[in-house]
Parts: sequence; structure tokens; C-alpha cells
Amino acid sequence: MDEIHLGELHLGDIDTVQLLTPEGSRLSDARYDAWVADVGDEQLLALYEDMVVIRRIDTEATALQRQGELGLWPPLLGQEAAQVGSGRALRRDDFVFSSYRENGVAYCRGADLTDLVRVWRGTTASGWDPYAINMATPQVIIGAQTLHATGYAIGVQNDGSDAVAVAYFGDGATSEGDVNEALIFAATYSAPVIFFCQNNQWAISEPVKLQAQRPVAERAPGFGIPSVRVDGNDVLAVMAVTRLALDRARGGGGPTFIEAVTYRMGPHTTADDPTRYRDASEVETWRAKDPIARLAAYLSERGLLTDERSEAVSAKADAVAAELRAGCIALPDPEPMAVFDHVYSTAHTGISRQRDHYSRYLRTFVGDDTTPSAALDQHDTLHQQDRKAS
Amino acid sequence: MTTLTMAKAINAGLRRSLASDDKVVLMGEDIGKLGGVYRVTDGLQSEFGERRVMDTPLAESGILGTAVGLAYRGFRPVCEIQFDGFIYPAFDQIVSQVARMHYRTRGAVKMPITIRVPFAGGIGAAEHHSDSPEAYFAHAAGLRVVSVADPQDAYTMIQQAIACDDPVLYFEPKRRYHVKGEVDELTPLDDARPMGTAKIVTSGSDVTLVAYGPLVQTAKDAAVAASDEGVSIEVIDLRSLAPVDFDTVVASVRKTGRLVVAHEAAQSGGLGAEVSASITERCFYYLEHAPVRVTGHDIPYPPAKLEQYHVPDLDRILDGVDRVMDRPNSLTGVED
Repeated sequence: MDEIHLGELHLGDIDTVQLLTPEGSRLSDARYDAWVADVGDEQLLALYEDMVVIRRIDTEATALQRQGELGLWPPLLGQEAAQVGSGRALRRDDFVFSSYRENGVAYCRGADLTDLVRVWRGTTASGWDPYAINMATPQVIIGAQTLHATGYAIGVQNDGSDAVAVAYFGDGATSEGDVNEALIFAATYSAPVIFFCQNNQWAISEPVKLQAQRPVAERAPGFGIPSVRVDGNDVLAVMAVTRLALDRARGGGGPTFIEAVTYRMGPHTTADDPTRYRDASEVETWRAKDPIARLAAYLSERGLLTDERSEAVSAKADAVAAELRAGCIALPDPEPMAVFDHVYSTAHTGISRQRDHYSRYLRTFVGDDTTPSAALDQHDTLHQQDRKAS
Repeated sequence: MTTLTMAKAINAGLRRSLASDDKVVLMGEDIGKLGGVYRVTDGLQSEFGERRVMDTPLAESGILGTAVGLAYRGFRPVCEIQFDGFIYPAFDQIVSQVARMHYRTRGAVKMPITIRVPFAGGIGAAEHHSDSPEAYFAHAAGLRVVSVADPQDAYTMIQQAIACDDPVLYFEPKRRYHVKGEVDELTPLDDARPMGTAKIVTSGSDVTLVAYGPLVQTAKDAAVAASDEGVSIEVIDLRSLAPVDFDTVVASVRKTGRLVVAHEAAQSGGLGAEVSASITERCFYYLEHAPVRVTGHDIPYPPAKLEQYHVPDLDRILDGVDRVMDRPNSLTGVED
């Protein structure tokens, strides 16, 4: 064996799974082709439509923020394939725990369009009922949801179900203690959970090199969890690796870690200015790997994406965007007494007293039309119920 | 009636909850074969299995974070934090996730998580093993915080905490673990004293003395000692720290006109400050003297050989009583 000099030590580059090249050519991969063998022409076109619609949602929401209708929006521009490829691989009874950037996944889960923007308009702390679409409300604290997914997966095991929990998080989250603790717990209990890391290269202004000196996917094996690195801009490859991981989990094989290598084309959120920290040339390099363009090229090459079909997809995207905009603008401001709702699930004397005081205070304004009396009447009803409960 | 130590009483309560609801799961470090470092979970894993009583990796945020996921799935996790000072790594999951999930999801997701914390000092332990962190959690909306002082409450309230659809911090005064008391195991949970209420443990007419957890016994001892000097103390075991049952304290102070609050935790921003302020707001014209707090100092919990100078004892509490009674003592006239 040759003498190894530490400076030249190679830990071995991990393969990146790819089934569609950036130019739109289909690659053959003996390990993964079988996992998407059933994906026919219509399903490919449906994946294309999903990505176009999601990009249109993202563009529309960004515009709504610029127009002052939303306080903030976290764009997913460029990450459509990672979200659609994985999101469309899931079963109805699987459960997703995501960060705030997985609006594409939420769309795949069937989230109501208006529910995507409630939080960012500031009318509620979350958009949807998690049990209605089997997706937890988006997590803001970085990486916290990976533990929630792991705990849910342990619960799935206890229930004897073959559902799977999926945690979505970014490359920045891999630095958090919670993600590392989640990997330990998942491995310890062989929990049916998928860790889906969208490595979009940037955590606000911090490049992935500040988080990881080696490919993120290399970490999981150290925890005893198999991992795979996939071209996150290749919707077919993402679907293949996600299906493999789901199959492992359902069969009792335990957790899998997926690193989807992708790129956040826009800012971290609409409050951010990426031109301060990254070169335009880098963005251009990634633009050539655009997930939608490559599937479009493949579909066009095969004569599937006709002008007529393309126009139909555009029309659908426009209709969805119009519905999103209308739903957003029509959202009513919440009533003042709603600040007290749902802090506890059972009567709580401390909150009851403060609610009562605030209601009395608001009533001192009744008559000058600044307080909706309906809200106070509703509050009185709730308060009576609360008193009975306690 | 059965005679049990507090540790055995909690164990019996946990056993009953595990037996009555198969969604109850216990999780924590060393709680399985070892039965917990204080043996509170002794025998439960062998009785209910490793899926119901889970030994976890040594990661407090991991314990609480996975409990959140289990609660999402419909389970009722009971997390043991091995020692008070070890809860801080889990603080984010508790206050950012456990406490807020019901509010965040507008009631769609319940977090019926019980967090058991052996707390406070008096056992000569090493650093990080004697903290009183209850005020951090009493300050966080969405959490309920209780502390037990005797085996009967320990037995009942652990079951009430587990049955509660809200998350509950359940603080166990570790120096009381081995003190025995009578426990009624037959009264149905619904008929027992509600978890969120305070309890008058000694009736009196001159001074209201509020305490909880480890200091309730010291307060009762103070009442006996004071009565020898002709001062009648009403001792209230607060039991619930969030919400505080102010109505019980108000009724007592309107009778006595004087309030002393005693706790082992540091003074600033503590429960004593909350009780004093709220009672002053509600009983100002009934008070004969400003409320007085007798508490731990605003210091990290000291080394074992110094803890006797930190934890309020009988004499310090009586000193507080003297102050509200305007009786001459070492601190009379001190304006702090």
C-alpha cells in the first residue's frame, strides 16, 4: 500500500445520481432505472406541469410580497425538481415535516393555495390543518422538524403501520444539533424516516462550505444511516431515490438520508439581497442546470411537449396564480380577541383573566366604531364556555 | 390508603397511566433497566416493554423533539429529564415547539407531553444537579407548570398531567423523594383536587405563607414554630405555578393582610415576584405590609458545602414572617 500523505488523502467522492442531463438527455442507470420504470409519458408531463405551476406560484407570491400584500416570502425558485420529485413519490398516509421553503411539497400534498400565504400575510401562525394533508405546518427554527419527523416515525412503528415520515431541511440545518440528534435517534430505533436535505448551496449568505467540508451525504453513514446524493435538479432521479428510500423504510429497513444537490436561484427570503454575497457567474452556471428546462428539453425531443400542451400548462399555471392572488387579497384580518385563541386546549385561568380584561378594555371603545362588536360578542360566548369548562 | 414515598407514589401513578392508556409512552435516559437514577420508573419497562418505556440516547433536545413527533402521531409522551440542570439543551424544543404547537396550528395539533424534572437542591449534589428552573417555563405561554410536595399530590398530579391535553412541566423536589406519606389510590382522578389549584395545608389568620415543592414542608415547620410565638400562619402549597391559582391566595391574604412567598429558585423574575405583584394588584387595600419574598440568592446554585446558605430554611422564612408582622429582627428597616 502506498504511503498516504494526509494532505492528499481522498475520502472518496460520493456518486451523484442523475437520470436526466442538464441538456435533457436520458441516462441509463442500472441501480435506479427500475424505480421509475413505471413513469410513463403522461406522468412525465404531469411532473413538468407540477414544476411549472409551482414556479408560477413562487413567482406570484414573490410579486405579492413586492406589492405589499405579503410581509415576506421564501422563494424556492430553482428547487422545483427536488420538491416535486420527492413530493410526488409519497403516499397519502406518509407524513411530511418541512421547513418554510417547501411550498412545492405542500402543493403536491394538496395544500389549499390560500393556505400557502396565510402565514406570510400575517393572519395566522400556520396555514393548514396538518392532518388534512399529512404535512406538519412549516418549521421556522432551523432543523427542529427533523426530530419531529423521527418521533412521528417511531410512533408509526408503534402503530404497526408502514407509513413513512419525511423531514425536509436545508444544508444550513445540518450544522444544527437537532439534525444530528435526529440522525442518532432515527438510527437507534431504526425509524421509518427519510432525511431529505435540499442542499441549495446557501444558508442566507453562508455558503455550504461554511457548513460542510465534505459532501453532506457523507455524514449519515457515520450515524449508521445509508445515504444517497442525487442531482436535485433532475426530477426523475429525485423520484427514483425517494422511492427507494420509501421502500426501505416501509420494509423495516430504517432511515435513509438523501442529499439533493440543487440551487436556490433567488434570495433566501424577499428580505434578502443575494448580490451582496454571491457572484452573478455562479447563478448563471446553475441557470444552465434549470430543472424545468431540462425536462422540457427531454419531453420536446420525444415529441411529447407540443406547443398545444405547453400552452395548456401555461394556462393552468396562470389560473393557479390568479386563484392564489385572489385568495390572498381576500383574506380577512383576524378579529382582535383571536390573539387569545388556542394558547391552551383546555381552560386556563391565567389566559381567561387576561382575555376578560382585554375584552373590557376594548369595550370602552364601543360606540366609536373602532372595535367590531361581533368579535366581542363571540368572545363573550367563548368566555362563558371557558368558565363552564373550568 | 397506602403509605408510599413520593418516588414510589409517582411510580404508581405512572404505572396506572401506562395501564389505562396504551398511547402513553415514557422516554428518557436510563429509565428502563435502571429504573431512572432515582428509581422513579423502576420496573415499568419490564412490565410494559421497551416500546412503552424507552431508554433514549443522551440528548435532551432529541428527547423532547421526538416527543413532539410522537404527540403529532397521537401518543402521550412522558419525558424524564434526568436532572434540572440538564433541561437547558431541550429548552428550544420545549418553548419553541411543545409550548406553541397548539397555538401555531390553531388547535389542530395537541401536545399532551409531560416533562418530569427532578429539581432543587438539598442533597449535596454536584453542579447542574440542583437547579430550580421553573420560572423559565412558567414564563412561556402554552405550558402548564406544576410542582408536587407530598406523595398524594405526586400520585394524583402525575396522572392528571399525563391526561391533560396541554403540555405540563412536572417538577419533583428530589430531596422529598424518600419521604413517606398516605396515598389514596382509590379516589377516581375526576374526583381528585384539580391540577391547576392551590391548597391550604395549614390554616392561619395572621400571615399567608406561599410555598411550593421542596419548601412546603419547611413552610409547615415555620407555621408550627411561629405559633409558639403567637403568630398564626396560613400555609398555601401553590402546586400549580402556571397558571397560579390566585383566587386561593387572594382569599387568604384578604383574611390575613400579610404575604410571604418562599421559594428556592433565585429571586429576580421568579414566582415570588409574580405572586407578590399580582397579590399587590388585587389586595392592595387589604395589605398591612408589603409582600416579602424569601428565596434563593441570585447566584448559580452553590457547591454542596454552601447550599445551606442559599436554600431558605426555617429561620429565614420566620425572618420573613417577622418582617411582614413588623416585628423587630435583623432586617427590620431595610429598604431593598
